[in-house]
Amino acid sequence: MDFATLLQMLDATLRLATPLLLACLAGLYSERAGIFDIGLEGKMLAAAFLSAAIAAVSGSVWLGLLAGIGASMILSAVHGLASITFRGNQLISGVAINFLAAGLTVVIAQSWFAQGGRTPQLTGDARFNPIQLPLAETLQDVPILGPIYYELISGHTILVYVALLMVPLTWWILFRTRFGLRLRAVGENPAAVDTAGVSVIWLRFAAVGICGILCGIAGAYLATALQAGFVKDMSAGRGFIALAALIFAKWRPWYALYACLLFGFLQAMSLRSDVIEGVVGFQVNGQFLDVLPYILTVVILAGFVGKAIPPRAGGEPYVKER
Amino acid sequence: MDVMPKWADVVLIPVISILLAAILSALVILAIGENPWEALKLMVDGALGSTYGWGYTLYYATNFIFTGLAVAIAFHARLFNIGGEGQALIGGLGVAIICLFIPWPHWTFALLGAAIGAALFGAAWAAIPAFLQAKRGSHVVITTIMFNFIAAAVLNYFLIGALKAPGMEPATAKFPEATHLPSFQDMFNFGETTFFRGAPANITFFVALAACVALWALIWKTRLGYEIRSFGHSETAAKYAGISPTKIIMVAMLISGALAGMMAINNVQGEAERLVLNAVEGAGFIGIAVALMGRSHPFGVLLAALLFGFLYQGGAELALWTSIPRELIIVIQALVILFTGALDNMVRMPLERLFLSLRRAKNDGRTV
Repeated sequence: MDFATLLQMLDATLRLATPLLLACLAGLYSERAGIFDIGLEGKMLAAAFLSAAIAAVSGSVWLGLLAGIGASMILSAVHGLASITFRGNQLISGVAINFLAAGLTVVIAQSWFAQGGRTPQLTGDARFNPIQLPLAETLQDVPILGPIYYELISGHTILVYVALLMVPLTWWILFRTRFGLRLRAVGENPAAVDTAGVSVIWLRFAAVGICGILCGIAGAYLATALQAGFVKDMSAGRGFIALAALIFAKWRPWYALYACLLFGFLQAMSLRSDVIEGVVGFQVNGQFLDVLPYILTVVILAGFVGKAIPPRAGGEPYVKER
Repeated sequence: MDVMPKWADVVLIPVISILLAAILSALVILAIGENPWEALKLMVDGALGSTYGWGYTLYYATNFIFTGLAVAIAFHARLFNIGGEGQALIGGLGVAIICLFIPWPHWTFALLGAAIGAALFGAAWAAIPAFLQAKRGSHVVITTIMFNFIAAAVLNYFLIGALKAPGMEPATAKFPEATHLPSFQDMFNFGETTFFRGAPANITFFVALAACVALWALIWKTRLGYEIRSFGHSETAAKYAGISPTKIIMVAMLISGALAGMMAINNVQGEAERLVLNAVEGAGFIGIAVALMGRSHPFGVLLAALLFGFLYQGGAELALWTSIPRELIIVIQALVILFTGALDNMVRMPLERLFLSLRRAKNDGRTV
């Protein structure tokens, strides 16, 4: 594998890791606040559909992004209603949300666009287009660093940079602000937070809301940046890989970045089986690479490498003592 | 004393939940410009209007009974097995290996062998998540989700590799004649009139019914069932009574995986008579809706499975005759899971209040 191919692979890694990262951070907020969310997949899918649909109709990708976030937020509200207000089972609610999104997107897409459950192809301003960072062209010929800057760092859509910036921002919010402290506390010991006079309900809804926004961006990225339009089931298990990454990262933002880059790299490898064959010398089953994130996460869970301990109050509805 | 009479818990709440789901589904159908009443008539006609329709409805219901029972037994131990899909896929692998490589003399032996193989393979696939839950405390939901994806990859690996039949398609060869199960068409053929012509329902339906009875007996008539239920009600109390959590988690999940795996004798051995990719088609997930609606009771599961069998076959008819896509069934399934599972309290709390005030009114009347 030469340098140019490596750069291409890493470039693809970054593009494929972006939706994972956004969804993973979304799950991070929710689960740190004690609300398990296995509905990341469904929220991404709903956002992907509505963002592509609105972008196709209006011609503006920004309106599409807003619509995508809106769709994801509605599902977040359902999840919040079920798991916070009515103290239902958070996992069952997540399952329901996944199916709701999987079914509704196709039903609505079919009756709206009549293209077999797709949206029309997006072109021009209806998509997020790559941004050329300053001086990328001129520095292109500098040895090693030039191509790295030009190929790898420059030339992505704005959402890739947004996702990367979300990592330090999330770290700062969670570990350096009062809101973050309370959010983490509500996931570990909600009764203590309640005793301190802070509303557990409100905090958890805030966390679920942030989760909705990030999932919305992740979904919009899938349909308007990574690909040009919505197709049925296009989230393709990414929400679950993000969930695996979250466990892999042990619910910490910077580790989430590394986990998502690793899983993104595995996805990039499964797309370029020719390159892999050249390096390792034998054919690697692409399906195997696709499920490697899950296998790695199970290994982590089995306790062979460190121990993944979820937030203590995760999955438990909070009942005030009476 | 319970707030509500038992019939309200067992019948009224599921009925209200299913009505809410039906109303929302009707709104969806209205919103995409179709007539919900016409749609319902088409569904009833397509799924129940002929023995052919019934043959499909019962075929789907057979799948859902197995996956529904799988989720239900895990629920009794307060475990949520989302892995029915993967366990049924791997169960299919077991059925394929047993049907292809053992020269069965007659279908009765083949059915027995395949059932055992499917159960063993399904249980084996549930064993690792169960072990991780029991010994490491890793959430069984997360691990079973992952094992669904891994199962799909394993199946793909075998169907393009060792088990692939000659040809383009990633599928095994057709199973030998002696392993073919009698379909309803063979069983209810009375010379002149043939019922269930061309429908895939087969003898496995009766195996599913037997599984319902067996599971009911296991849960309510055996010591193991008692242990599973007490563990589900209170882990600490069960521990205090000397019940081993590791044992209960493992046993409940193994039975659950075995039941999900046994679905494969219906769809792989009974219907397709070979193993294809994505043979389960989401039935593992429908098991969740079925178990929730059936209140984890084997007979509730049976009724809910019949309802979903009707929805599935009716939905296929809808997609055939109207512009309503098949995915509408996924929406209905999601709404059922939402209302009977996650939003259970939304239906339950007002009802409890109603029954409380009714009882109070009655008591007041007596004292005065």
